[in-house]
Amino acid sequence: MAELVEHDSEADLTEQMSAAREARTSLDIRGGGTKGFYGNPARAAQVLDVSVHQGVVAYEPTELAITVRAGTPLATVEALLAQHDQELPFEPPHFGPAATVGGMVAAGLSGPRRPYAASVRDAVLGVRLLNGEGKAMDFGGRVMKNVAGYDLSRLMAGSLGILGVLLNVSLKVAPVPAGRMTLVQEQTLDGALVLLKRWARRALPFTGTAWLDGKLYVRLGGSEEGLKQTHQIVGGLPMPDADAFWTDLREQRLAFFDGDAPLWRLSVRPATPATDLRIDGAGEPLVEWGGALRWLRGELPAEQLRDRAKTAGGHATLFRPGRVEPPADGVFTPLEPVVARLHHNLKQAFDPAGILNPGRLYPDL
Amino acid sequence: MPRIPDERPLRPKPAIIDRLRQLLPAASVLSTPAELAPYECDGLSAFQQRPMVVALPETLEQVQAVLRLCHSEGVPVVARGAGTGLSGGALPLADGVLLSLAKFNRILAVDPDNRTATVQPGVRNLAISEAAAPHGLYYAPDPSSQIACSIGGNVAENSGGVHCLKYGLTVHNILKLKLIGIDGEPFEVGADALDSPGLDLLALMTGSEGMLAVIVEITVKLLPKPERAQALLAAFDSVEQAGAAVARIIAAGIVPAGLEMMDNPAIRAAEDFVHAGYPVDAAAILICELDGFDAEVSFEVMRVRELLLAEGATDVRTARDDAERLRFWQGRKAAFPAVGRISPDYYCMDGTIPRRELPAVLNRIAELSDEYGLRVANVFHAGDGNLHPLILYDANVPGELDKAEELGGAILELCVDVGGTVTGEHGVGVEKLNQMCVQFDSDELGQMHAVKAAFDPHGLLNPGKAVPTLHRCAEFGAMHVHHGQLKFPDLPRF
Repeated sequence: MAELVEHDSEADLTEQMSAAREARTSLDIRGGGTKGFYGNPARAAQVLDVSVHQGVVAYEPTELAITVRAGTPLATVEALLAQHDQELPFEPPHFGPAATVGGMVAAGLSGPRRPYAASVRDAVLGVRLLNGEGKAMDFGGRVMKNVAGYDLSRLMAGSLGILGVLLNVSLKVAPVPAGRMTLVQEQTLDGALVLLKRWARRALPFTGTAWLDGKLYVRLGGSEEGLKQTHQIVGGLPMPDADAFWTDLREQRLAFFDGDAPLWRLSVRPATPATDLRIDGAGEPLVEWGGALRWLRGELPAEQLRDRAKTAGGHATLFRPGRVEPPADGVFTPLEPVVARLHHNLKQAFDPAGILNPGRLYPDL
Repeated sequence: MPRIPDERPLRPKPAIIDRLRQLLPAASVLSTPAELAPYECDGLSAFQQRPMVVALPETLEQVQAVLRLCHSEGVPVVARGAGTGLSGGALPLADGVLLSLAKFNRILAVDPDNRTATVQPGVRNLAISEAAAPHGLYYAPDPSSQIACSIGGNVAENSGGVHCLKYGLTVHNILKLKLIGIDGEPFEVGADALDSPGLDLLALMTGSEGMLAVIVEITVKLLPKPERAQALLAAFDSVEQAGAAVARIIAAGIVPAGLEMMDNPAIRAAEDFVHAGYPVDAAAILICELDGFDAEVSFEVMRVRELLLAEGATDVRTARDDAERLRFWQGRKAAFPAVGRISPDYYCMDGTIPRRELPAVLNRIAELSDEYGLRVANVFHAGDGNLHPLILYDANVPGELDKAEELGGAILELCVDVGGTVTGEHGVGVEKLNQMCVQFDSDELGQMHAVKAAFDPHGLLNPGKAVPTLHRCAEFGAMHVHHGQLKFPDLPRF
């Protein structure tokens, strides 16, 4: 675990941004570089290294909130929270040891616990950022109940840095469940989806679900008695060393993610039947989030995937292109015209000179 | 009557009323004084303004037509759901169209397999849970006005409620919105899935107080009804001890479904009204609800009881049955009308503070109450720091309304001073425009105005609400020199 470093680099970052604006140089905002693979390729001229801006600004376990500088390593924050039996409720993937809190928020990726607890965006309480004009501003705060003004702090989650440079982030944290257990059972995908749908109708203490290669994995969190009772309902056998499985799933280190075949991410209605998303050329999916997240491998036609995902109430992302060229319109599903126009307008509102992470979210933003 | 805080020059265009009559059914256009009167205020009745005309469209095409007309004629539009808002967000404009979504009151679909409901904005919050109940599901955000408030209004304000400590605000419980922009163009944000591509416009629209677009359809998440709910009522000899007990419960890793505190004036008022059996001598009471899976609830009830006693609770009662659990809540839920009984008028405030600041804030509120000569009763969402001071006054006493407003403003500024926010769940509306000047600086307000312009460059949607102009802040700053520093020193003052 990295040692907690305290370094306030706001003045320095502000100066660098000022220089970039004057020289009209675009910036590639980089923390640990662990999310560089995600989204559309960076085409900015110069790196703005935000990893230097580190430290815990405020942490009080009884407030269920933590405020950190964006360059703080995610691993460091998680270790600090663990000391107080707390964690980030959305279980974010790191994708590398240098992952920072700022990158986590900007990428907006949540892990296995997401549907049972919160998403990274849900957990954002406030941010301090530099907008594209180099102005430092605070939105939101350190409290959950906060509706003063537009929710510009939550807007930053998943924005891939195109609206502002995150300086500080306040996040809601959650207690670590008292105990945990993972149950495994053999199920076909269809069978698994039926069970997941049935279990979702009860307030069961789930903290993660996954289906892969004919096996359904269910992670529970709670009191001993609660785990025991849930085991009766869910069935299956306790899995030893399950933590490693869930971490490998979150970090995409399972064999399913190996190789350079493209990795597609489909976010859909959880009860979507498997057959609705069966594509020629893809193998069986890896399913998470009670059915709401489906991963596919293969050189698959983007248009068909986007179409099927849309019919299933969601969207398709080329998460890792692997050996293929990404589509010309980018790895994310293109936006409807009115929404695309609003995106342009918002980009103008925050970064009129267009120097922040150009092209990362959509090629023309 | 307090002056309407609208700085825009009025440009009434009464010709628009006839144009609306061409676009909408006769019954959907209201223009006589008697017809307009019910719309002149929302739940913040101290601010009243009759609109030029009220439009009650019944279809999406009619909403589009109204907006297109207003857009081309430069007429401002104020959207309204049930009009229960407590910050004046639906206060009409003298030269504007009051666009009521009340006729959009259908539940379009309930999908128990995917646990969602698709509803129109005029549907009452509680009606969603009622429709979901046969499936063992419910819609979690429960503002106290839920029998009356509309889901469209909930989204516009990002409403909370007692259960949002565990279940989140409105933004955490919705998936998708269909909206119509000021230019009449429809668009969607969010998805039926748990995320959608691009910027998180769903989060941006939620809590945007009718300033960015008009909501015409909402897809909400439904949750399984908890197997069991159990409540505890604890009495304390001091607010400090009650606050410490709250911190202990959170530190123990328990997330209650609800955790509410009332101070002595609030307890007495509630008990006189509802006779729920509250301990009227307690300095503070805590009501803690735990819900979920049966075994979990048993475990947590035991733990919470231990913690409450360890922190000095003089009495801890666990509800013997569901009827008693509801009785514990009755007093809290009736706190506002209970206070309304003991005072001709009351002014409900809404701020959030870090929980640890509660004793200090309550002490300071007591001091301010003495200074202003007005009683204050406090109800507190202890779990998440959202405070509702209720200022008691008599509008018939000259100057007392103004005093109550000033006291309210001082309390909100106190919330900001201790690291909190001026509004936890009621929204800014017109009520807290001045306090927004305290919470945000000119760059931040400027950024918000830029975001507004991205959606509504001509400022026709609910102008004069939620985000104050810099000019207003300069004027307000001149009257409230804070710690000897003039805010917005570089802006001209008139």
